[in-house]
Amino acid sequence: MSDAPRTTMETGVAATDLAAATSRTVQAGTPILRAESVSKWFPVDEGLFRRAHKQVRAVDGVSLDVFPGETVGLVGESGCGKSTFGRTILRLVDPTYGRLFFEGEEITQLGQRELRPLRRKMQIVFQDPYSSLNPRMTVKQIVGEALQIHGLAKNARDEEAQVAELLRRCGMRAEAMTRYPHEFSGGQRQRIGIARALAVDPRFIVCDEPISALDVSIQAQIVNLLQELQEERKLAYLFISHDLKVVEYLSHRVAVMYLGRIVETASAKSLFERRHHPYTRALMSAVPVPDPKKRTLRVLLEGDVPSPIDPPSACTFHPRCPRFEKGTCDVETPELRELTPGSGHQVACHFPEDA
Amino acid sequence: MRCCSPADEPRPEPPVARVPVAPAPAEGTPLLSVRGLVTSFRTEGGVLRAVDDVSFDVPPRSTVGLVGESGCGKSVTSLSIMRLVPDPPGRIEAGKILFQGTDLLALPEREMRKLRGDRLSMIFQEPMTSLNPVYTVGAQIAEAVRLHQKKSRADARARAVEMLRVVGIPSPETRVDAYPHQLSGGMRQRVMIAMALACEPKLLIADEPTTALDVTIQAQVLELLRKLQKLLGMSVVLITHDLGVVAEFADRVVVMYAGRVVEEGAVDEVFQRPRHPYTRGLLRSIPPFGEVAANRPRRLPTIEGMVPDLRALPVGCRFQDRCPDVIDVCRKIEPELAPIDGEPSGRRSRCHRASELA
Repeated sequence: MSDAPRTTMETGVAATDLAAATSRTVQAGTPILRAESVSKWFPVDEGLFRRAHKQVRAVDGVSLDVFPGETVGLVGESGCGKSTFGRTILRLVDPTYGRLFFEGEEITQLGQRELRPLRRKMQIVFQDPYSSLNPRMTVKQIVGEALQIHGLAKNARDEEAQVAELLRRCGMRAEAMTRYPHEFSGGQRQRIGIARALAVDPRFIVCDEPISALDVSIQAQIVNLLQELQEERKLAYLFISHDLKVVEYLSHRVAVMYLGRIVETASAKSLFERRHHPYTRALMSAVPVPDPKKRTLRVLLEGDVPSPIDPPSACTFHPRCPRFEKGTCDVETPELRELTPGSGHQVACHFPEDA
Repeated sequence: MRCCSPADEPRPEPPVARVPVAPAPAEGTPLLSVRGLVTSFRTEGGVLRAVDDVSFDVPPRSTVGLVGESGCGKSVTSLSIMRLVPDPPGRIEAGKILFQGTDLLALPEREMRKLRGDRLSMIFQEPMTSLNPVYTVGAQIAEAVRLHQKKSRADARARAVEMLRVVGIPSPETRVDAYPHQLSGGMRQRVMIAMALACEPKLLIADEPTTALDVTIQAQVLELLRKLQKLLGMSVVLITHDLGVVAEFADRVVVMYAGRVVEEGAVDEVFQRPRHPYTRGLLRSIPPFGEVAANRPRRLPTIEGMVPDLRALPVGCRFQDRCPDVIDVCRKIEPELAPIDGEPSGRRSRCHRASELA
């Protein structure tokens, strides 16, 4: 437990990266959220007497900035630590190592009471709209609860008016207020979940697989809603997803995670065009594209994602990597580095593709 | 339970799969022919027809993708083919399911049982719930073999090991004695495939076989299915909501909406020229992948609204309330699933304006 996370800090890199994101404009300046070498380790109990104290390094030295009005996509396969990271930066779980800053202020050590005013500014939308809404509460109670907690409504009538407006903005009718979550479809529930997150007028929302449980035709509706809200309110999103199509579409910048670490990060454009890391390549080539003419050469990875309890040495991707070099990849941990200085495109690989 | 090869072994070349482009020829009589299938469910709110007059063919050695959103009837269609619809509340009310010329719906249950897992097999979305947790995977595969073939225990076990090897499970001689929980999600799905294919079926029904899997594992499993399909010369009915999977894997596609087939045809044709507003809407609503930024829409085109309640269907076309091309007749008369002017035979659409939509 003594060895501290090893990832280098990349202060200032993200700002230059913004220039590379030519397709859409975002604000620069102070990041709304900054994670510096954040790690989240969980103890695992093993054995008959639950003595063996192993650690799962769910998140292992992740540094990331999110700027106001920006969407940062976080992609990776199940168990890569992307959801844990999303919860850690909101202080829903406490980081084991590293530092967190919100709007320039350090929040790593803040107690729950001190965090409360900040909770207004940062919210989360969950994947499963079936389990993240209290089935015993009406929609009005669900959306209005945060207004009450933070004292944002003058009186009951004001609260009702605010809830109605939030629902309307999220594409629901005011009549929905008196009904219960089970009366709605998945897409509608996700709209309720978004309305709840918006109630406190946040600056930053972690979207944890917000569309994965929805039907295809509903996914696009929710994606558009998230985009509209971002433009209206200058919201910043950390968009956690395994769906690379949506991430490419929605994100200004993207970070690819594998076994708790970021292996590649860049502007969406640069990442999807260059894909330096062999894992990024494999991940992208595995995406089934709905165009029979685009059936392409596919890099098939062997094996599964290894267990984070007992990860492979050095570069944790090396047992599955088509570019594995013995004596290097299994010995030295590659640090995130820019291949082209100033590009903001960073990759943690000894032998990146197209370097 | 690490499935990756140890780092100190020499590694083979990275496997790069070339995806075949040419669809399998659809000659001769179909292997499976679903005709006018109606499957209903009794619910508190009344009887609803989850599958309402569905017809389609599956040619030999080909893959037919059955796509649609939740509640469109694609899974109930597949359960109906296997005669596994829970009764009650479900009931197959009408139709024929001709498999190699025999109407499965007319067979006694005893005969049907002989077919299932033998010439006709199915794999499900969640392998953890379809595998028995208290038996080893080997025992479960061997059971499938011994049910249909006169084989000794030892032979059936040998067959199980062989099948585990075929589906790419490392050290199958050891894994044959593993329990399902000791395997990863991708490995479990391979076991399911091994079990389904142990008797070399003519038709495999795969119901969302990769939906619960990560995208790199999905690619592995689809590649495996493709390889085994060629090897065994079987047909596959692939049920999925993922149009990308259909585009890459299927030869033909059947699009379902609210219990009806709304469009069908060869995959290349349907994806290039969808002739139903629903198919077109679905295809447009998927974010383009790997497109240059300038070609990307600022907003995704959507299909507004949601799927109608099957207990309260509108008069006329079932897609009318969400359709951007709706005209008066759509609200009065439901269109037939009919051939389209200027399209090859085998291409059908259930839209009054199919020939205008190009």
